[in-house]
Amino acid sequence: MYRYSEFDAAYVAKRNTEFRAQVERRIDGALTEDEFKPLRLMNGLYLQLHAYMLRVAVPYGTLDARQMRQLAYIAQRWDKGYGHFTTRQNIQFNWPQLRDVPDMLDALAQVEMHAIQTSGNTIRNVTADHFAGAAADEIADPRPVAELIRQWSTDHPEFQFLPRKFKIAVTGAPNDRAVTAAHDIGLRIVKNDAGEIGYQVLVGGGLGRTPMIGKVIADYLPEADLLPYLEAIVSVWNLLGRRDNKYKSRIKITVHEHGIDEIRSLVDARFAELKPAFKGIDQEMLSEIRAAFAPPAFREASTEGYEAARAADPAFRSWADTNLTAHRAPGYAIVQISLKAHGATPGDATSEQMRVMADLAERYGHDELRVSHEQNIVLPHVHKGDLPALYAELKRHGLATANIGRISDIIACPGMDYCALATARSIPIAQEIATRFQQLRNEEDIGDLKIKISGCINACGHHHVGHIGILGLDRAGVENYQITLGGDHTEAASLGQRTGPGFAAEEVVPAIERIVGRYLELRDSAEESFIEAYRRLGMAPFKEALYDDAPERKDKAHAA
Amino acid sequence: MPRPFTPKVVTGNALLEGDVVYLAEDDSWTRELSRAEVLTDEAHAAVRLLDAQRRPNEAVGVYLADVAPEAEGPEPTHFREEFRRTGPSNYFHGKQAQRQSPEFS
Repeated sequence: MYRYSEFDAAYVAKRNTEFRAQVERRIDGALTEDEFKPLRLMNGLYLQLHAYMLRVAVPYGTLDARQMRQLAYIAQRWDKGYGHFTTRQNIQFNWPQLRDVPDMLDALAQVEMHAIQTSGNTIRNVTADHFAGAAADEIADPRPVAELIRQWSTDHPEFQFLPRKFKIAVTGAPNDRAVTAAHDIGLRIVKNDAGEIGYQVLVGGGLGRTPMIGKVIADYLPEADLLPYLEAIVSVWNLLGRRDNKYKSRIKITVHEHGIDEIRSLVDARFAELKPAFKGIDQEMLSEIRAAFAPPAFREASTEGYEAARAADPAFRSWADTNLTAHRAPGYAIVQISLKAHGATPGDATSEQMRVMADLAERYGHDELRVSHEQNIVLPHVHKGDLPALYAELKRHGLATANIGRISDIIACPGMDYCALATARSIPIAQEIATRFQQLRNEEDIGDLKIKISGCINACGHHHVGHIGILGLDRAGVENYQITLGGDHTEAASLGQRTGPGFAAEEVVPAIERIVGRYLELRDSAEESFIEAYRRLGMAPFKEALYDDAPERKDKAHAA
Repeated sequence: MPRPFTPKVVTGNALLEGDVVYLAEDDSWTRELSRAEVLTDEAHAAVRLLDAQRRPNEAVGVYLADVAPEAEGPEPTHFREEFRRTGPSNYFHGKQAQRQSPEFS
């Protein structure tokens, strides 16, 4: 793992001292709220519906046990004993008090963490494949380059007042688990014909009000060109981006309005100016960073215990079948710890659960944890021989839910239970869907199905790329939910299509049941997943199930 | 024709705690919607909002929220205000929990 240099530590400490003084000046009245707000946002502090909220970056989703324990401590000491892991691999504390925030930031700095640039019109936390460094299908670990981008983008003087926020994601594997096509810049590590590592660069992706799939601006960018090329993209957008209209300011609109070819030629011209200024120091830094991400010393041991437990314990086998992913090292597995126990809040973990996960990472997982954008925790390196013991511990602490990738493994933003921007609640909808399908006991039969829920059009819950997407809106003073079908968050990214008129909160679970029921009727075999069936069949049969088969819905659908 | 004025309360978030507060008739900030001053006159409401805005070191983001005056005090007319005066639905946190504590006002 990357450790802070003296420069990093001094920078974060200085920033924390500065923010402590700003908080004091706000409290004693020397700063107005208008003056203070941009300062607190730069440091990740929001004022939400019921309280302040502190958003802490987990760079590229990577944590060690010491850091996870500190998050547990912060949650217990200054919050309400839990934290919320988000779709941007961050953690949010929902109940801090203003006076305590400087102490929370100091506590984070002790473990080389911060909340800088988790808000505001800056380059945000760089996200990456949560299986980075472990996945069997990986070309190269995306974290070194993500760390390089973090260092380059943190306090970058040209990019502190961008037209709007800017998000970068990196995947090192052809199976895209980082939703790169839905980011302002998506980087995909690729190899050219000579076997050299480079990047396919996507630009102008994003969800929100105007969802767009990113377009390829460079098919193969040599490694050494990456930083100047990124700087060229952000620089071109910084000048062209629409500052007159918040809803048109993201780079996806710039790319859409100017066309990818014009943007590419502007970026190429800017790149030609910038490239000579990068004299190779970035590449020296990258090679130092890369050394910090050397794989752990994988051990060779028997997996007999694992096979025996599989044979003896059906619950363990079911958990192993859903929550494990192939690891690149022989005898190892990637473990996902579901933060989606049926009826629980997606992405929430108590301080006790955080400590348990930290202990398990230390004992069985080479001291590594990851936060996934799907709001689960990953132990990337666990030897299969340790899985039965690990599973027993997880089970004891309510962390052994066997539902990764299933219908109850739902992404949900905080929605109007916490968020000041939300137009409706997300969490109760997620809780009800998960609870209902647990009662029906058909999750395994349904197989892979991603439900993603957002409580407003900003789409933090990624609803556009959910196989089933749910968007909560305020319709004439009542919570109302639009459903989309056919979204895909992977390398084959696509945006879901709206089924038709929305549903009242109490109608959502029956509506999801009708969609799933129709899928189970029409799939050509149990191997055909929901998204495959949708692609074969199209919207019509699902729309029919949603509206025509429900008499109370039929008239509304035809009237709309 | 202008829309008729509907009853309002002045509300915002406390600077230090961040929680929801309402302006009471005696100029104190209350945590309970039921104790908020109900404003039925548009000009008076505008004055009370200005009063609140002049206290930026106590409350942040103050605005006028619609309410329906009831016998027990004002009630929210929109679900957002209902959540603000109650707390989140996934945990017993926020106002609903504070209400049980003796020093809550």
